[in-house]
Amino acid sequence: MRKIACLVVVAFAFAMMFTPSAFSARKTIIKIGINAPMTGDIPKVGEGSKFAALLWLEDIEKAGGLEVGGKKYEVELVIEDNESKAESAVKANMKMITQDDVLAIVGPQSSKQAIPAGEVANKYKTVMISPWSTNPSTTLDRPYVFRGCFLDPFQGPVVANFITDEFGFTKAAVLYDVASDYPKGLAEVFKEAWEKKNGAGSIVAYESFTTKDTDFSSQLTKIVKSGAQVLFTPQYYNEVPLIVRQAKDLGWKGPIVGSDSWGSAETVELCGKACYGLYFSSHYAAAGAKGATKVFIDRYTKAYGYVPDDVAALTWDALRLTQQAIQDAGKITGKIEKDRIAVKDALANIKNFAGITGNMTFTTEGDPIKCAVIVKINDSGEYEFYKSSCP
Amino acid sequence: MESFIELGQYILQNLINALQRGSFYAVISIGYSMVYGVLMLFNFAHGDIFMVGTYIGFGIATLFLALFAGFLPGPLIFLATVIITMFLASWVGVFVEVAGYRPLRSAPRASAAITGLMIGIIFETGILILLGAKRLSFPPLMESIAYNIGGIYFTNVKVMIIVISLLLMIAVHTFIQKTKWGMAMRAMSYDFLAVPLMGVSINIIAPLTFAVGAGLAAVAGILYGQAYPILDPYMGVIVGWKAFVAAILGGRGSIKGAALAGYLIGFIEIFVATIFPSTLRDLIAYSIILLILTFRPRGFFGMEHSTKLRL
Repeated sequence: MRKIACLVVVAFAFAMMFTPSAFSARKTIIKIGINAPMTGDIPKVGEGSKFAALLWLEDIEKAGGLEVGGKKYEVELVIEDNESKAESAVKANMKMITQDDVLAIVGPQSSKQAIPAGEVANKYKTVMISPWSTNPSTTLDRPYVFRGCFLDPFQGPVVANFITDEFGFTKAAVLYDVASDYPKGLAEVFKEAWEKKNGAGSIVAYESFTTKDTDFSSQLTKIVKSGAQVLFTPQYYNEVPLIVRQAKDLGWKGPIVGSDSWGSAETVELCGKACYGLYFSSHYAAAGAKGATKVFIDRYTKAYGYVPDDVAALTWDALRLTQQAIQDAGKITGKIEKDRIAVKDALANIKNFAGITGNMTFTTEGDPIKCAVIVKINDSGEYEFYKSSCP
Repeated sequence: MESFIELGQYILQNLINALQRGSFYAVISIGYSMVYGVLMLFNFAHGDIFMVGTYIGFGIATLFLALFAGFLPGPLIFLATVIITMFLASWVGVFVEVAGYRPLRSAPRASAAITGLMIGIIFETGILILLGAKRLSFPPLMESIAYNIGGIYFTNVKVMIIVISLLLMIAVHTFIQKTKWGMAMRAMSYDFLAVPLMGVSINIIAPLTFAVGAGLAAVAGILYGQAYPILDPYMGVIVGWKAFVAAILGGRGSIKGAALAGYLIGFIEIFVATIFPSTLRDLIAYSIILLILTFRPRGFFGMEHSTKLRL
């Protein structure tokens, strides 16, 4: 009997710990969840997300709260680390939805986490905007999941067209991580687009590796031997420097082209001069930006000491979209399930939203229609606008 | 005829790739093997000792380059970095033995076996907390010059990695075969009950073994930093596992075997990826190793008595 009593007390204590809102005063706080890779393979991406979110919160606080339907509400950010792992991203979403009662979630950033995490958000009917995930599966058949960027089926052809137009090449090689959703998806799309343009067999080497590999010498030796004129590698900043250097050491002379995953501020820092003069597709180019984009870049640079990468800019846009949707919803009832649905409906109806990474209107899938840019890493290591490509 | 030459070039190129990769596995796997020889335990923290060694090397290299670059010759800075890193990393090895293994020496084997795993996790998260999750770029200690001889590409860094690894292995072999300390280690691995009665204390030999292993791993770390200059706190996990496989494949406790198996794994990995689609690399490579072990369960140079005596 005493044991049971003990258990009840313990269980009760636990319940109290995890549901503070149930007992505290009834003041409605709007909570926004941020699901980002603060540690793990790509911590710089998490840092950018967090910093952009903090800038956004600063604006809200300066205005004295978020005004919805004539009433100002306090806003709180719940930042969860997903360790750049799919299972941790799912857990983070679960926690934010069921324990923290967030109204909406921004993140996760990479498709590897966004695809499984989106499943959870959709199931629990909570709006989730992934700022950076370009894989179609993230939002597919999930009315509650949105994204802030273009998709891989758009990005792949953009890169393929750029290479053909710019260099006139007909033979390409691909090197990608087979264990990660984003590179794998994009490699496939690129291959398809390239072969459509240059005929079957024009991808002369299609090589892969697995996450955390550091030695690509056998794949690159194959690629060099294949007679490819250009190498496309949709990898993240922790792998790009290794790939680029090893390729050069093995006698690779052609250009190496990447995708938006290169856009992190860290790519050039880790890669150094080896990466100068290379191209990648991205969401925005920091060097030479104008208007609201420049205001954001200057503010971020002043606050954190480096130029924001595309992740930071997209996260900023995603948060502004969330803000817009909450305001459009008209009122906060305090019943979280009801409010979440209202926010989702409002978000889906946003038209021509002027973001710093371009104008956005959502399709019925929750994907924005927006332009891509080709960025060149210039001789001082900056990301320079080179070309723009619109759907 | 021409395609014949091309094929030859291709094979030679991959041979160099494999030698570089294999060097790391070989040098690191020796650390596993030495500890096994003395304590009959695998030090599962070894991969993370390698990681810590790389970070120490990174710190020393950055410091030295900032202080002396310009007026001291590059090779001297390199040598100084290697020696000081080795020295510091040896103490990491000693620490692992004293803090992790010594208190559990009479504990059940399973408890002692998992201490390494725990220490490894402590190192990983410790570095993560200390330095943050940011990736670090290992500074190049020598300028990489690419050579192309008869269509085969290699750099001076690659050559250096291969040569230094070989020299290290010869040095360790000599140490174990020719010195008094080495003799004590060999004796300990032969009979760990009788040797302490002859006045050779396990409390000196065990930390020494860990120190030598850690020193080797640290040099491997510096070389690794030259070849793959991106550091992260979990970099030792995969390399550690593969070196561990090499240690088993070579025959538990056999240093010669570990070195040989390290190279073999490097070769298998590279050539499997060359012949088959690279997606299947690890699947095929490690199936081959499993097959070898099926036919040679004790590895290449594994001794029969060790299995009878202790495990």
